[in-house]
Amino acid sequence: MLSTRFILKDSINENQIFYHRVIIAWIAVIVAILLIIGRLIFLQVVAHERYTTLSENNRLKIRPLPPNRGLIYDRNGVLLANNRVSYSLEIIPEQIKDMDKTLNELSQIIAINETDIAQFKKRLQQTRSFIPVPLRYRLTEEEKDRFSVQNYRFNGVQISSNLNRYYPLGPIGVHMIGYVGRINEHELEIIDQSNYMGSDYIGKTGVEGYYEKELHGKTGFQHVETNVQGRTVRILESMPSVPGKNLYLNIDIDLQQYAESLVAQHRAAIVAIEPNSGGVLALVSMPYYDPNLFVDGIDVKTYRELRDSPDRPLFNRAIRGQYPPGSTIKPFTGLAGLEYGVRTERSRTWCRGWYSLKGQSHRYRDWKKSGHGSMNLHSAIEQSCDVYFYDLAYDLGIDRLYSFLTRFSFGKKTGIDISGELSGLIPSPEWKQKLLVLDKQWYAGETIIAGIGQGYMLTTPLQLAVATATLSARGQFKQPRVVFAMEEEESFNEISLVPTHQETLSLKQESYWDAAIGGMKAVVHGSRGTAGKIGLHSPYYLAGKTGTAQVITIKQNERYNAKRIAKKFQDHALFVAFAPLDEPRIALAIIVENGGGGSKTAAPIAKQVMDYYLLRKPSLQVATKNSP
Amino acid sequence: MQTNWTSNHFFHLDKLLLLGILSLSVIGLVVLYSAGNQDWDLIIRQIIRLLMGFVVMFVLAQIRPQQVMAWTPWLYLVGLLLLILVLIIGEISKGSQRWLNLGLFRFQPSEMMKLVVPMMVTRYVTGKSLPPSYGRVIIAILITIIPVALVIKQPDLGTALLIGSSGMFVLFLAGLSWQLIFGVLALSSLCAPVMWFFMHDYQRQRIITFLNPEQDPLGTGYHIIQSEIAIGSGGLYGKGWLNGTQSHLEFLPERHTDFIFAVYSEELGLLGILLLLGIYLFIISRGLYIAMQAQSTAARLLAGSLTLAFFVYIVINMGMVTGLLPVVGLPLPLISYGGTSLVTLMAGFGLIMAVHTHRRFLSG
Repeated sequence: MLSTRFILKDSINENQIFYHRVIIAWIAVIVAILLIIGRLIFLQVVAHERYTTLSENNRLKIRPLPPNRGLIYDRNGVLLANNRVSYSLEIIPEQIKDMDKTLNELSQIIAINETDIAQFKKRLQQTRSFIPVPLRYRLTEEEKDRFSVQNYRFNGVQISSNLNRYYPLGPIGVHMIGYVGRINEHELEIIDQSNYMGSDYIGKTGVEGYYEKELHGKTGFQHVETNVQGRTVRILESMPSVPGKNLYLNIDIDLQQYAESLVAQHRAAIVAIEPNSGGVLALVSMPYYDPNLFVDGIDVKTYRELRDSPDRPLFNRAIRGQYPPGSTIKPFTGLAGLEYGVRTERSRTWCRGWYSLKGQSHRYRDWKKSGHGSMNLHSAIEQSCDVYFYDLAYDLGIDRLYSFLTRFSFGKKTGIDISGELSGLIPSPEWKQKLLVLDKQWYAGETIIAGIGQGYMLTTPLQLAVATATLSARGQFKQPRVVFAMEEEESFNEISLVPTHQETLSLKQESYWDAAIGGMKAVVHGSRGTAGKIGLHSPYYLAGKTGTAQVITIKQNERYNAKRIAKKFQDHALFVAFAPLDEPRIALAIIVENGGGGSKTAAPIAKQVMDYYLLRKPSLQVATKNSP
Repeated sequence: MQTNWTSNHFFHLDKLLLLGILSLSVIGLVVLYSAGNQDWDLIIRQIIRLLMGFVVMFVLAQIRPQQVMAWTPWLYLVGLLLLILVLIIGEISKGSQRWLNLGLFRFQPSEMMKLVVPMMVTRYVTGKSLPPSYGRVIIAILITIIPVALVIKQPDLGTALLIGSSGMFVLFLAGLSWQLIFGVLALSSLCAPVMWFFMHDYQRQRIITFLNPEQDPLGTGYHIIQSEIAIGSGGLYGKGWLNGTQSHLEFLPERHTDFIFAVYSEELGLLGILLLLGIYLFIISRGLYIAMQAQSTAARLLAGSLTLAFFVYIVINMGMVTGLLPVVGLPLPLISYGGTSLVTLMAGFGLIMAVHTHRRFLSG
């Protein structure tokens, strides 16, 4: 009985408890739903705008459209650098089940070497799995076709086409044209990153480097809707890219090639300039290399060979090679003597084969041991008399010599429009003060040897050519220019000339120019001229100056004997010249490293270059590719 | 049986509940069409599952609850054995062992336990008068904890959570003392740091991610961030059906299963969600009403706990998709694309309906 009553009582109690609990549960449900609604109000109302922006950013990607790089032509419209479609083999990692197996199978139809695979694996680790990773660049047509046939076997492997820089003439003019290569980390910091979003390459040296901004053009953009893999679903709007400007060079590529062939066996540099415009006709630095090697990333072994070669093919001797000018400086020293009134055209100096300062025993030797006898400026230049210029330099003093030579662009950059020019050096007491050597004092002997272009003095072949051009134009300095004109947006009528800096170096008397030029004419055409051989039978008159730059110092009592000295210690041969005499159309400087004497090695090559230019070529005119 | 024919219940089905379920199913198919990128195959497969679910619901609704209660201990034992079997020979998919391959189809014993555990607890606690004594509470907790532990071991945190909570709801509705409820809550919060050591790395990562999703925007935090963007960009009115950029551009992971709510929110906005929550609230209210109307304690407890378990689904799914709760894999009931859990859900509704339509015969 007791238990029945107990159960009944409990039953009522149970019901009551249950109802309470259900109501509590229902309230809890309402509270939870309100919490969720609160969260949704926060997301969808309060933070709605923020999330809308995020959502837009999610689906809208800006895809860069890289511009086509401007083309480079020479003055006659010969194509020097263009863009060529090349095909690469790419792999989308996420679509590959067994990478090693795929690579193995691919290598059976397309040549893939270990370097390719090593580089591929390196890139593989750096990219997200849905981005195609290149495995082999520059497939041949045959490889492309062979892969296309087998394509069905390789899911996730594809061929992509890209525009690559191509230098149809290969190594010809490489030190002047330059090359493009992959953007490195240092360049990444300098460039306008948004304008390079789609570009892998950047001009590294030469014209390609200097005119990078003009050649590159402006990157266009495409707003695309993408899915999470980054694949394009549709294109929303698009802003086309602006192609880079085409460049027309002052360079005559035939002359360039011819000049290169003349010094092919040497380490040498030739710079030829048109005096009345500053236009660079040829800029040779030998040996050279094929710029096409650098376009797709040069392999380590080839690069090492180029870099470590004792002939230094990567080194641009024409603008970065700094050599003592030797006797080629003499016309300029002579001009300084006239300008400062230290000498007249008639002043004579006795050459007995050596020169020494009063009270000093040191003998500054002349190259001609027996001496030249009585010399005036004309004959001193003609015969390259050292003693005349020792004496002149001593009378001038280093400060006047320094400031005069500097006016001719020696010791400072000429401002040529290719990257990497070095400034050379005209020594001065101030300069020596700043040196980090113990002996900062300037000695008279240092002035004396500066007069013949030895000692500390360093010039680049380019500086010598520019100074010679300025001299030939009687003081009309024209900044050297490789690029003649730029063509905008591939429309042929919008050609803009590259502005050049020019100034006039006026001397106290115009006749001073004649004195220097006359001396230089005699070098070639005079009876005792050091380069007399090249003047024989020349159909035009020309002016020149030989030079020999010492590589090693010859001790006081030793005799220089070329045969006893290893090739690499032999003198550099130099020659500067311009022609025709009355209306100069070409001025040039040449240096042949370890070539011995300037008259023997350098002058004949210079004459051949001028002959080629003046006799075999029609007069200058810049032709665009479609001009009549 | 004769009375059955005269009681206006030709079929034992609750019309209101059925209405709620049907409208959710339709909404679910509409959203799924968008979330699945208008893939008709997906829709057809979902319709087939829904039909299977309706059949299971219908069949269970025809069985008297007492009968089901009588089978419960056997079902529970079989369930436990199957769970153990899963751990030994179960199929591994996506890193966890949940399925038994029965040749024709794969069977997930943990799904069945979502229903069997509350049934077993109900049967056990109603064996004596209520509220249950401490001793019975402990046994009831053991009945719940054993399958929960086995499911955690698979590991399937979401399902374990549901099984555990449905067991506990029975105790709650049975009048478990508040001291005990708060005591257990306090104890479990104390145990939380200990739990940390027993968790899988990915589970720990989920909690870290939940606390700070921005920390790893492309990794584990990605789901939550993308889901919040989808919901937030939907705004009040939504971007319109089939116009959800987040979902259609494949930014949303698992967008037709666990994260379908984000697609829904993006395309239909807050107003659409209010409609959905309204239907859910209607179903829950109806379920609780049915429980209150039931004439046996066991039927009450069963219907009530199953209804509340259904609600746990909603709270956990919406909570995780909106970033209120850590991500555990649970679908949004009747909306998400999904196989076994949909059928279990419908079976649960079948049991609730049975409680209602058979109530006249349950007294005693």
